[in-house]
Amino acid sequence: MATPLVEMRDMSISFGGIKAVDHVSVDLHPGEVVGLLGHNGAGKSTLIKMLSGAYTPDSGQIFINGEKADIHNPRDARRYNIETIYQTLALADNLDAASNLFLGRELVTPLGLVDDAAMEAETRKIMGRLNPNFQKFSAPVSALSGGQRQSVAIARAVYFNARILIMDEPTAALGPHETQMVAELIHQLKAEGIGIFLIDHDVHQVMNLCDRASVMKNGELVGTVNVKDVTDDDLLGMIILGKHPHETAA
Amino acid sequence: MTDTTSQPIPSQRKNLAQQLELDTRLLGMVGAFVILCLAFNFVTEGRFLTPRNVFNLTVQTVSVAIMACGMVFVIVTRNIDLSVGALLATCSAVMAVTQTDILPNMLGLELGHPAIAPIAIIVGLVTGAIIGAFQGWLIGYLTIPAFIVTLGGLLVWRNVGWYLTRGQTIGPLDETFMAFGGTNGTLGVTLSWIVGVLLTLAAIAAMWSGRRSKASHGFPVKPMWAEFTMSGLAAGSILGFIWILNSYEIPTRRLQRLFEARGEIMPDGYTEAYGLPISVFVLIAVAIGLTIMAQRTRLGRYIFATGGNPDAAELSGINTRLLTVKVFALMGGLCALSAVVASARLANHTNDIGTLDELRVIAAAVIGGTALSGGIGTIHGAILGALIMQSLQSGMAMVGVDAPFQNIVVGIVLVAAVLIDIIYRKRTGAH
Repeated sequence: MATPLVEMRDMSISFGGIKAVDHVSVDLHPGEVVGLLGHNGAGKSTLIKMLSGAYTPDSGQIFINGEKADIHNPRDARRYNIETIYQTLALADNLDAASNLFLGRELVTPLGLVDDAAMEAETRKIMGRLNPNFQKFSAPVSALSGGQRQSVAIARAVYFNARILIMDEPTAALGPHETQMVAELIHQLKAEGIGIFLIDHDVHQVMNLCDRASVMKNGELVGTVNVKDVTDDDLLGMIILGKHPHETAA
Repeated sequence: MTDTTSQPIPSQRKNLAQQLELDTRLLGMVGAFVILCLAFNFVTEGRFLTPRNVFNLTVQTVSVAIMACGMVFVIVTRNIDLSVGALLATCSAVMAVTQTDILPNMLGLELGHPAIAPIAIIVGLVTGAIIGAFQGWLIGYLTIPAFIVTLGGLLVWRNVGWYLTRGQTIGPLDETFMAFGGTNGTLGVTLSWIVGVLLTLAAIAAMWSGRRSKASHGFPVKPMWAEFTMSGLAAGSILGFIWILNSYEIPTRRLQRLFEARGEIMPDGYTEAYGLPISVFVLIAVAIGLTIMAQRTRLGRYIFATGGNPDAAELSGINTRLLTVKVFALMGGLCALSAVVASARLANHTNDIGTLDELRVIAAAVIGGTALSGGIGTIHGAILGALIMQSLQSGMAMVGVDAPFQNIVVGIVLVAAVLIDIIYRKRTGAH
């Protein structure tokens, strides 16, 4: 197989003596969607926050395109074109959509002042693609609906040419229509060759959207399977019992 | 997926304030302030809104208003600074000792040397910024709550100031230095008009360049009449303010003394007006600079983002710890600037200078619409808040309200202002 886009090797991190992630290895190829499954507290989000730079691992190594990557903070992760859509969306509620989209990467005028008009123009363009119904460009995002807020968070991840996209329960707060939109988006990004880590609770959704699934329990990796080779029940068994269905390591 | 790069913008019926794109909350505050002034003017039979009193009011407001500008950023980032009055005292003491003792006695600059005032002011600003940065480091990097750090700071810096001067009043201060005090340093009629016209042109240029930049991206812009109304309002209020200050004539006795000091004789019927005080000019410069910083620089954007959602700011790669240091360093520098104005106005450094200023400054910022929950606040709001507080206080004194009642009223106004703010935000659905 070709060099993986991302390889996280033997990752561990503890918080106050509790091993949140315990020697876990996962990988991701271009154009692939890998689901991360597990109960609350299984360590999915913690694992992925080491990739997005929010946490620094105690041990383990990350390789991007086969080369060892140094990721100590979110800025580092962005340099490797890793973008994250957090479960909490990580939006500054008091700022408008454009300010959130460009937060930390503002467009500036030749004088070094932030160029709000240019940023709004770019935001209108990408929103026209992602969510054509989006109109509230000058309102603070606190005034937006759940779906609109979600599309701001997604736009932020997509706008900056992500190669690696992390989606932490992207549909948890959405209605059926918006969930469908996110599913379409995932297919589209996949076709563009972007690798996606999808954290989700919904086994059915993972079966539909993902190529492979890695299941975690109590900070440890139960196993990684090809979604085609397993049933919903097999995955549930891995999540609940921590039991590998049959030895089909990908 | 549709490819719509330009989307139709829904047109709704808008009221006047919306068409002018005026902040209704600011409008309410200005309205309250105008009513307050008119009421005092009525009760005092026209003594409140005289050029003389307007001049005094603005001069008295400057010190608190400068610090309130910095307090906006502190509160926006979900912190508080209880040490500003004490820090002002320390900076004032440092500057007083520098100009009356260290420079003349140790470095041999004779009293009245033109370099004394600038050196003293720079020493003060650096002192304030370093102390502020230190407190910011304790808060940002060592994660001690701002309330505790600055409560400690209140005790420490108030008494560092005392120790430096052994509690003595230090004065008289340097002549040039005292020009920042208000009455002793004004721009005079001609310069004031020039400043007023330049400010007006700058305000109008800013409005039109904003319109051009919006139009160049095809965004909706205000109708022309609204643009002209706003430009007219800006010009009217700036030039009107200058006109009032230029109408306050220097008393004849004082003019005579000025002429005598120069060894000349005052011609008969000679008059001269004060014009814009240098201290007010400093406040205007600070306000413009910090407004640009808040709205048009990355630093300002990060301050507001951090106040709105510290975790999101952190995940966007913003160094929120260093940001805290910067915000408190700025606050410290502004305390020093206020110390220049406050001690120059008194012509001396006194041991109790700036006492209880922390409460006035916080109250001004909060009355001006800064939300203690973070993420919201404006510089012009804080200045207006300071102006409202000062007007209340001096208006009541003029009317003859007993001192205890003055503070009772100010306290009630503070709480009522926040209540009105909460109700307003619920009604309008704003954050």
